[in-house]
Amino acid sequence: MSAPIVTVPPGIAVAPEMPDLWSAVKPPRGVIGFLRRHPTVAVGGMLLLLMVLMAVLAPYLGTVDPTALAPARRTRAPSANFWFGTDMLGRDIYSRVVYGARVSLTVGFAVAALASMTGLAIGLFSGFVRWADAILQRVMDGLMSIPPILLAVALMALTRGSVGSVVAAITIPEIPRVSRLVRSVVLSLRDQPYVDAAVVAGTRTPTIILRHILPNTLAPITVQATYICASAMIVEAILSFIGAGTPPTIPSWGNIMAEGRALWQVKPFIVFFPAAFLSVTVLAVNLLGDGLRDALDPRLAKAL
Amino acid sequence: MLAYVVRRVVATIPVMGVVALFVFSLLYIAPGDPAAVIAGEQASPADVEHIRQSLGLDRPFLVRFGDWAWQILHGDLGTSIFTNLPVTTMIEQRFEPTLSLMLITLVFAIAVAIPIGVLAAWKAGTWIDRLIMGFAVLGFSVPVFVIGYVLAYVFALELEWLPVQGYTPLAQGLWPWFKNLILPAIALGSVYIALIARITRATMLEVLQQDYIRTARAKGIGQGGILFLHALKNASVPIVTVIGIGIALLIGGAVVTESVFAIPGLGRLTVDAILRRDYPLIQGLVLLFSFVYVLVNLAIDIAYTFLDPRIRY
Amino acid sequence: MALLEVENLQVHFRTLDGVTRAVDGVSFHVNEGETLAVVGESGCGKSVTAMSILRLVPEPPGRIAGSIRFQGRELLTLSDREMRGIRGNDISMVFQEPMTSLNPVLTVGRQIRETLRLHQGLDNKAATARAVEMLALVGIPDPRQCVRQFPHQLSGGMRQRVMIAIALACNPKLLVADEPTTALDVTIQAQVLGLMQELKRRVGAAIVLITHDLGVVAEVAERVMVMYAGHKVEEAPVAELFRAPLHPYTQGLLGAVPKLGSSLTGAQTRLAEIPGQVPDLKLRIEGCVFAGRCALATDLCRAIAPALEAKAQRHFAACHFAPRAAAAA
Repeated sequence: MSAPIVTVPPGIAVAPEMPDLWSAVKPPRGVIGFLRRHPTVAVGGMLLLLMVLMAVLAPYLGTVDPTALAPARRTRAPSANFWFGTDMLGRDIYSRVVYGARVSLTVGFAVAALASMTGLAIGLFSGFVRWADAILQRVMDGLMSIPPILLAVALMALTRGSVGSVVAAITIPEIPRVSRLVRSVVLSLRDQPYVDAAVVAGTRTPTIILRHILPNTLAPITVQATYICASAMIVEAILSFIGAGTPPTIPSWGNIMAEGRALWQVKPFIVFFPAAFLSVTVLAVNLLGDGLRDALDPRLAKAL
Repeated sequence: MLAYVVRRVVATIPVMGVVALFVFSLLYIAPGDPAAVIAGEQASPADVEHIRQSLGLDRPFLVRFGDWAWQILHGDLGTSIFTNLPVTTMIEQRFEPTLSLMLITLVFAIAVAIPIGVLAAWKAGTWIDRLIMGFAVLGFSVPVFVIGYVLAYVFALELEWLPVQGYTPLAQGLWPWFKNLILPAIALGSVYIALIARITRATMLEVLQQDYIRTARAKGIGQGGILFLHALKNASVPIVTVIGIGIALLIGGAVVTESVFAIPGLGRLTVDAILRRDYPLIQGLVLLFSFVYVLVNLAIDIAYTFLDPRIRY
Repeated sequence: MALLEVENLQVHFRTLDGVTRAVDGVSFHVNEGETLAVVGESGCGKSVTAMSILRLVPEPPGRIAGSIRFQGRELLTLSDREMRGIRGNDISMVFQEPMTSLNPVLTVGRQIRETLRLHQGLDNKAATARAVEMLALVGIPDPRQCVRQFPHQLSGGMRQRVMIAIALACNPKLLVADEPTTALDVTIQAQVLGLMQELKRRVGAAIVLITHDLGVVAEVAERVMVMYAGHKVEEAPVAELFRAPLHPYTQGLLGAVPKLGSSLTGAQTRLAEIPGQVPDLKLRIEGCVFAGRCALATDLCRAIAPALEAKAQRHFAACHFAPRAAAAA
């Protein structure tokens, strides 16, 4: 309610007006406001969406059969007919790159999902069951002591190459980190008063986990999952690059780069296009992860 | 404090035990018949059986593990299937290039990453900060070998400032040795730098909010003193932790970098071993790298006591 | 000329939620060798005022306006370098949280030596000797050992003494103490206050003492000023303020202090509280800042902000009804 205008009676001393030092700030609200304050989520999310759409809509984006051989027109530079040129077997690089998105994205998402879920299960179990904790922690420490790429590579060396085995090989080294994260959340929450209260009230353990512990793990796991996705896509590329990844019959960005290796000094475009797409996608996922981390809980920034 | 050191050393033993067990049992985890996989697609049943016996796959697991562990402790890492040379010999032959590469990368990465991380924290929110962190995200996002190719293309092929590939042993001169390692070190170090710069910035930001920094300012200490004498030391524990964990990245990345730059090191050896399914060699290499990794992290655990006087338990 | 003269000090902070007017037009002065207490509840701007004297307020998101003159020199226009020469040297500050105000990875000796080497150019040996001297002065039992210790090895009271030692090492003319005893146990509080009195006597420094504890004010200060919502509402010599507070807010504060034995005499069985809440500093306040909670507020108060005026000898208050309020109290 605004004060009524009053004429100053004589003899009343008025305090001097103090100027504004900053111009007024109006914080943007709603979703647009959120996106403006966290531009990385917007940019990352959008780029990722574009890539996913590209992968899903591959057949409709002016592509031809990515595995069609045509040695007669091999290693042509990019042109109107072949937007990204052709590789050493005459295959259209543009089509291979677009279809390759499917493999890379599938591997990325699959690894992120599997590693998160397995890590979550192990972390929860480890956090609640003391005797298992000691053993599991040793095992996880041991697994974490093996450099992840080496572990993946070693696992791949023992299997016939397929997208499934690549996913498994990349997932396994990622599990210990997720389980450790979940375990630390469980341990810190387990001693909280409200959990004690729930226990005293007779709530059964699975319910405690579901209602009290699980919601608190979601934010860190989601952020971690995005990082795992980014890392998985790169590891898949590296594995394919050294010949221990997805089989050559399936175009993946890593494969295309591996095949273009021999010619990179003269025909760099064979390596360049898949490299660019891979980098942009991984960048998008990383940006998304950073943005989510800042948006969901600034305190996470130091834990991750 | 000695008790702390001893305890940390002792704690690594079960970890190495698990690693050894794991490396050893990889054969058993993989689906399918390991002997058949090792023998390859064109092997006859006789070949498969021969491999099975030479690897002793027909004996009980624990017996095999015991034998193998005993061998390892005596420095015998087995014999390569492909070359019939002892694994240890093969490792000795290829180990200098990899060590050189990793040492140079380590020094370079730390020397670059920490200052830019501190700078980004100091100028947080400004374009400098965004630029640095932008580069950091790029470092994470572009695969090591792509960076390697780009660097080689620009600096070696086009500008011809540096050699495209290859390795010159230290014995043949300091500068030739170094010249060959510059581009690989930058490529390999890119992810490492990104990682260290990020954690440096994050930790420094947190430290700079602390009350004791305010006290230091109130004493009249200048910005340089605040950042490097007061803040950085407090930030050092998480930073050094990440440096240790990041060694795993260096090891993994070395595998690829050596391929791109044709450096005849352990990374290339690993790739060859994979392609040939030379299982004893793979086992030996993974074990060696893991062991180095565990040792490095042990050294870091011990280094903590020098960095933070509160860690003396 | 007073040692420190602050005129129309304003400190505003810009955050995502808006602009907070933490200090909005505060003026005061401190004479050589005297102790001025600054009193008010949490959020009234007293800490920000203290920090502005040494320009420790981060400049984005904050912005300072007004004038702060120390020995006639305008501090707000000094270069960073000149300001650093003053901090810890001519003007020192002691903070509230002894547990976190000392750098955990540096020894106590190192932290004291720093100021001595910086401002007085002493070498290591001389600086250490002086550090030991300072620690003895503040009553640390074994100064030679303390010099080599780390903060986490000391108790809260000891750490605060170390803070005081650091602050006084270079013989400052002005000490700004922001709630130096609030985080300490009552017995330690008494000791630290006594220490500050003693040191002031010896060193001859003026003190600006920020506190919300009126008991501390009564014991230690010569003059006191009361702040509310970023404004100064009253200022007087200590005895005068306690005897005859003029501003309704001050009266409320004094009324809220539990008095020993009051329930026995039947004079007061409930603590008088001031109804309402501190206003939101993000909004510009029309009229008197205290009008929302004042029993005497009228439309005049809500429309026109009263100026700070002398109502009695050296006694200032910002209230339209001050003389009348005094009569009513």
